[in-house]
Amino acid sequence: MIFQKYAAPKYFYPLAGKCLPWFAWLTVLSLSAGLYLGLFVAPPDYQQGETVRIMFIHVPAAWMSMFVYAMMAGAAAIGLVWKIRLTDTFITASAAVGASFTLIALLTGSLWGKPMWGTWWVWDARLTSELILLFLYLGFMSLRSAIDDPRRASRAGAILLLIGVINLPVIHYSVEWWNTLHQPASVARIDGPRIHSSILTPLLIMAVAFKLFYINVVLIRMRSNILEDEADSRWLQEQGA
Amino acid sequence: MNWAEFFNMGGHAFNIWGSYLLAFVILGLNVWLPLRKYRAQQRKLRQQHETTS
Repeated sequence: MIFQKYAAPKYFYPLAGKCLPWFAWLTVLSLSAGLYLGLFVAPPDYQQGETVRIMFIHVPAAWMSMFVYAMMAGAAAIGLVWKIRLTDTFITASAAVGASFTLIALLTGSLWGKPMWGTWWVWDARLTSELILLFLYLGFMSLRSAIDDPRRASRAGAILLLIGVINLPVIHYSVEWWNTLHQPASVARIDGPRIHSSILTPLLIMAVAFKLFYINVVLIRMRSNILEDEADSRWLQEQGA
Repeated sequence: MNWAEFFNMGGHAFNIWGSYLLAFVILGLNVWLPLRKYRAQQRKLRQQHETTS
């Protein structure tokens, strides 16, 4: 029941405000550690040389592009079943940052592909399915803004998100199902990661930093959404914005 | 450590620094724009509350 209490904007708003500075500091700390280890400590790869450092941005961004989508789809399912308003606040707060992570994964992949594969882009399974993910995010955002009635917008958005979930396993398994230039997974493997710890450690720290960053953005945007919806509420006047 | 060598990144400076720069500009906008909007909302609401109370 504690969840239901804090799912009410009146309680969630101040709670998010209290948590924000902590997440902000944790983000700064982990980002600094990840960048330091990735740029200064990690050795160049024996095949890829220094370009392997693009991985510390590319891979965490690609993981986040799928993680944020999964969170949004999960919240959409919860929202459809239990009709909790906060799920919708969360979903709209996540869309732009999810799309941004997808864009970063695509752009850095392109910058990495040019020196390694000799091309900025190929229409292979992994790259194409990740591009479709970007279109799913953009489609979701334009669908939401095209419908005026908030209830209908939320329902239509949730249905789009749930249909798009099909794309997530396609992205993940694309490197196994099809012949592709993109290398197969080397961290998320059943038999454990196949990367040396000097590279794996900064990679995982950057992944944590990106997750913390996402939490920051979502909390700020959720507070902003709540202010918009509840501008005339009594609790906001009593508590102060 | 040699800084010129560090920035050169084995001849891949454009691709590597380009990746980091793009990522941080895009992520920076994701904080800056929502924060700016949020602060403006807060200011507006505080003014409203002052005039009504």
